[in-house]
Amino acid sequence: MASRKTGIYGRQAVAGWLFTAPMIIILGLFLFIPILMALYVSMTDWNGNGSPFGGSQTSFVGAENFTSLFTEDGLTRQTFMQSIGNTFYYVLFVVPLQTATALMLAIVVNNKFLRGKSFFRTAFYFPAVTSGVAIATVFLFLFSNTGAVNGFLGVLGVDGPQWFSDSRGLLHLALNAVGVGDNPSWAQGQIFGRSLWEWLSGPSVAMCVIIMLAIWTTTGTFMLLFLAALQDLPVEVDEAAELDGVSPWQKIRLVTIPMIKPAVFLVVTLGLIGTWQVFDQIYVMGKGAPANTTMTPAFLSYSQSFRSFDYGSGAAMAFIVFLIIIGLTFMQRRLMDEDRVSRRTRRAIAGRAAAAQRGSNLVGAAPSAGGDPR
Amino acid sequence: MTQRLPTADRTAGRRPAPRTKGRDPEDRGVSGKKIAAYALLLLFAVLYLYPFFIQIAASFKDDPQAASSPLGLPNPVDLTAWKKIFGVGGGASVPITTWLGNSVLVTLVVTAARVFLDSLAGYALSRMHFRGRGFLFATVLAVMAVPGVALLIPKFLIVTQLGIFDTYSAMILPLLVDAAGVFIMKQFFDSIPVSIEEAARIDGAGPFRIFWSVILPMSKPALITLTILSFQGSWNEFSHFLVVTQSPEYRTLVTGLASLTSGELGSGTQFPLKMGAALLTTIPVALLFFAFQRHFVRGAGEGGVKG
Repeated sequence: MASRKTGIYGRQAVAGWLFTAPMIIILGLFLFIPILMALYVSMTDWNGNGSPFGGSQTSFVGAENFTSLFTEDGLTRQTFMQSIGNTFYYVLFVVPLQTATALMLAIVVNNKFLRGKSFFRTAFYFPAVTSGVAIATVFLFLFSNTGAVNGFLGVLGVDGPQWFSDSRGLLHLALNAVGVGDNPSWAQGQIFGRSLWEWLSGPSVAMCVIIMLAIWTTTGTFMLLFLAALQDLPVEVDEAAELDGVSPWQKIRLVTIPMIKPAVFLVVTLGLIGTWQVFDQIYVMGKGAPANTTMTPAFLSYSQSFRSFDYGSGAAMAFIVFLIIIGLTFMQRRLMDEDRVSRRTRRAIAGRAAAAQRGSNLVGAAPSAGGDPR
Repeated sequence: MTQRLPTADRTAGRRPAPRTKGRDPEDRGVSGKKIAAYALLLLFAVLYLYPFFIQIAASFKDDPQAASSPLGLPNPVDLTAWKKIFGVGGGASVPITTWLGNSVLVTLVVTAARVFLDSLAGYALSRMHFRGRGFLFATVLAVMAVPGVALLIPKFLIVTQLGIFDTYSAMILPLLVDAAGVFIMKQFFDSIPVSIEEAARIDGAGPFRIFWSVILPMSKPALITLTILSFQGSWNEFSHFLVVTQSPEYRTLVTGLASLTSGELGSGTQFPLKMGAALLTTIPVALLFFAFQRHFVRGAGEGGVKG
């Protein structure tokens, strides 16, 4: 700012463009242009043969790939709607459980008397930094028919399920248990090509493994985020609460949580964004099987394109996922902009959010908030 | 990106060390609470670490043993899986060393390029005055919101149009710059006082010289952060490599492991082999994580004491 003289300004302009040129070229060539190309492909019926751009085997179909996902009876709509339903249940379980677990761990780890803080912090965060594919492989082994989980359940005298081939929905199982038969007459109405009964399946047993995997890998990141917010709280509040003689539980519920509300909102929106990005785990753990009960919209857009060679429809699905995630991201950024978030928390979160949005594995800028509470 | 910055407010929050001591007797009174807290943390530590133990143990078992006793230590220790991985004793059935080579190559190139190019762009966006800077930065922020899973088809399209499908170029070029890294560096450079460059400028140093010899040496914390993020991001990258390559010779540890796990490479469960390959995939990032964890704790500690 101090140097706003024309000569320097001119030289700086050249240098500025030179310094940013690699970024502009890479992002332009591998992000902006491809997105426009995909937008065009989403309005064609390209099947992978020839060129999608003006090739003789490809025709322009307008918005048909988008509208048919919602209106045209058929396998594609059914699978797409099932993937939406799966994601709904996935969100319903993952977001509350990961938020609550992360908050609980953060509050306990933040205790002043605690020794070995950094050990626990590291232990909880470690799954978040490792490869999603590697961890999914480990979970395949843990939950295999003769794996550790069923071995452990066997010790307790419980016969574990065949986790990855069990497509029964939890809610169906619960309804069956209270005497509701399969496909009752009140649940046969069709919504987007699926019966109400199908919509009410709940997550399948196989999906439950992916839900557990997601919670297990993400809580560490969110715990660090909560820790940053907790360390930001003025000590006086804590002190006042203790002088007033409230119980620890009351203190958490009436003092701590309301004061870190912005962080809670952020964890929830980051969690929501993350749940729409699930891909690696689905690829490794069955590619949507059994019976499409672990299919997610993101994975379906991939398999529709690269396995069924219906690139137009796959690109249309990808754009729907894209819009949903962008919408959630802007919601999250508005929350961050609000002044209620302290500067430090916001800074810690910015890096983390940036990293989180890039990858399937909620990565987090390890240092930004990982940098130690003691 | 900010581990140096928060010292002021962090110490404010942490200062009451004497108070903590003052409350010690009270804490001792509620030792039940302490025990409950430790019990909970230990339970979760087991939940979070035991799977890694099982993974390591399983890689030293043979197939039947991995199935019959998945929980405990290997007995007897069986090295078949590791021999297969490193191709010792009778030909590797799985070319894991090729995958490892690809992972190392891609990760090193991408990390080096990102650290340099992200810093370069971040510095320009933070310091230089030129028309369009605001627009560029807004674009970087927008790009950060673009989800990777929505880019699979776009990446496949551009790579085929450029004629580089199924090459190292396709694997590496699109990853050379990342918007999040540019953002992190820009934020960091914003925190360095402008006056530092003034002296160098008066001495007649050009923009690149100032960036290279004055600013970068001051930016170690942010550079370390960016190195870790880039290394981890490219080492763990999966979906990008999945759509821009096809031939087995371009598999990285992660894509190779995925093909091994999802049963594209031969029969049987081969869990020991898969656990070994998964372990090999995990180790470099784990080493980096543990090494720099200490570094960060130390850095933050120094800041705290000073305040």
